[in-house]
Amino acid sequence: MSAPKTMFEKVWTAHEVVPETADTPAVIFIDLHLTHEVTTPQAFSLLRERRLRLRRPDLTLATMDHATPTRTEQVFGGAPITIDSAAKQIRQLEVNCAEFGVELLGLQDARRGIVHIIGPELGVTQPGKTIVCGDSHTSTHGAFGALAFGIGTTEVGHVLATQCLLQKKPKTFAIEVDGSLAAGVTPKDLILAIIGKVGVSGGTGHVFEYRGAAIRAMSMDERMTVCNMSIEAGARAGMIAPDETTYAYLADTPRTPKGAAWEAALARWRSLPSDPGATFDKAVHIDAATLEPMVTYGTNPGMVVAVSGHVPDRKGDSVFDAAMKYMGLNPGEPIGNAPVNVVFVGSCTNGRLSDLRAAARVLRGHKVASGVHMLVVPGSQEVKRLAEAEGLHEVFRAAGAEWRESGCSMCLGMNGDTVGKGQYSVSTSNRNFEGRQGVGARTLLASPETAAASAIRGRVTDPRELLS
Amino acid sequence: MTTAVIEPIVTIRSRTVVMPSTNIDTDQLIPARFLTTTTKEGLGKALFADWRYDADGKPQPDFILNRPEAVGCRVLVAGRNIGCGSSREHAPWALVDYGFQAVISTEIADIFRNNSLKNGLLPVVVDETTHGWLLANPGAKVEIDLASATLRIPGRAAVSFPIDPFARYCLMNGVDELGFLLSKDAAIKAYEAKRVS
Repeated sequence: MSAPKTMFEKVWTAHEVVPETADTPAVIFIDLHLTHEVTTPQAFSLLRERRLRLRRPDLTLATMDHATPTRTEQVFGGAPITIDSAAKQIRQLEVNCAEFGVELLGLQDARRGIVHIIGPELGVTQPGKTIVCGDSHTSTHGAFGALAFGIGTTEVGHVLATQCLLQKKPKTFAIEVDGSLAAGVTPKDLILAIIGKVGVSGGTGHVFEYRGAAIRAMSMDERMTVCNMSIEAGARAGMIAPDETTYAYLADTPRTPKGAAWEAALARWRSLPSDPGATFDKAVHIDAATLEPMVTYGTNPGMVVAVSGHVPDRKGDSVFDAAMKYMGLNPGEPIGNAPVNVVFVGSCTNGRLSDLRAAARVLRGHKVASGVHMLVVPGSQEVKRLAEAEGLHEVFRAAGAEWRESGCSMCLGMNGDTVGKGQYSVSTSNRNFEGRQGVGARTLLASPETAAASAIRGRVTDPRELLS
Repeated sequence: MTTAVIEPIVTIRSRTVVMPSTNIDTDQLIPARFLTTTTKEGLGKALFADWRYDADGKPQPDFILNRPEAVGCRVLVAGRNIGCGSSREHAPWALVDYGFQAVISTEIADIFRNNSLKNGLLPVVVDETTHGWLLANPGAKVEIDLASATLRIPGRAAVSFPIDPFARYCLMNGVDELGFLLSKDAAIKAYEAKRVS
């Protein structure tokens, strides 16, 4: 009998076209290549220069999300896109997809959205697949038991031309989350706590596998939020074993196998979870029951405290001191003192229907505080359609928030949706780096519930105060 | 794998520029608003844009890259964990376009390291002691020899650094990995033939 294997090892081995040697990395086959406008133009140029074709159009899917406008009149009404270079990049993707034969879910397509939201929605994200995209949050798809990771543009070119990548085998890292999350504590709070514990480079060179009762109890949307931020702890990929929750989600999606092919796929998928006794190179344990709603106070996602807590005092630590200066916060003060100017609900981390429902549940019957600008951006046009069908957009608008078309939007501000210099933004996105949401913007990462509660109170607020 | 497509690297001799900050992320290396480009060229001017220029686009006089001692330096010594965050290859494109050939730190984030190797930018991971010395001695003359994977600092013992042998071959010969992958076409076809889709 062979040695017990981790899920990662099973997926990796199944995709070895040529195994790794002492002199060369492994050649790994890629089952799904997701592409978008920002990290592909130079890769398509490479194909042209080398006179190469797209090897597998059937395994390649394109959409546009990062540079796209979120104002309805710009998406559907013919109003010009404000940033010329963004408009040009969008047109270039259209040209490239037409020339090379890539299926493009373009600006006005009802299936368009953030690439990491639409993959699962369409059902092209499946257990056991290798999935890559020129985007570090490709780790999101690991929630389905896929090996999914971000790549650079040169590698995008490699996959377009050969459907393969040269890769050194990473190590494995078990994140064991026992117990269950308390009411009002969300998977976003959990992943922020994990990053705080592991550190922003603790996962470098590793693939995470999130395990344990708290993970098993999560919906697919929730698992995606967790896997999404694996890269913020340095891990290129984060995986969760597929189970009945996974299969129930995928059964309703348009591009999964049907009939006998579905049964065959299920049989394969059921063999994916790590074998009992499989060993990991590293492991941490976290008791979910001890967690509270979390928020970041600094300039990386590992600088995190309980919303009810205080900014720590680490004066003398250069990272801490620089973060305090940038954020305009004081060591030891309650994080609840932090003012709020902008609230952003959206992104590949928290832009799914359940996230919008969570924010709406807190907001219903309340108003966004005077002076706070709240922007709600659905992760995809399908999320937008479903949210509107149940009236969530009316809840947001009644509270005084803006309701937009889908895209990455204010997560990174590429499309002009930015936070002003010095302003405080409570954001459901994934990065609080300096300038991430706009030059001089001060970002506090939190769950949709915390973001909504903070919008109402105009300061960082524990959502349990409003949900009780 | 015979055509040189990037400038081959054999030995890098340069003074260092030191940026001691820990966790220099790719949003600092090049902010997102510069990513709407469709080419690789000219990104050097956007390198560290939010630290390098003020709101009016004027150089910040105290920022290291704006100081006379930084002119002509090809080696960047950075605090621990440089390159964390986004997968944007624009980060190494900007560093290379500016003129850097190597980045030295104690930890270098995975995707940034991979992207650097594909663009003739050598990621050099060194021990804490060597790193501490380099941080304390900005402008030090260093020599990085790729064949032996060693970093030499005058007056100190040579330090070896880890480098994947295949990446080293590509860097020293100025070839990229695509040629190697294309040469595996038969193996890829064989894999595709037995693949369950």
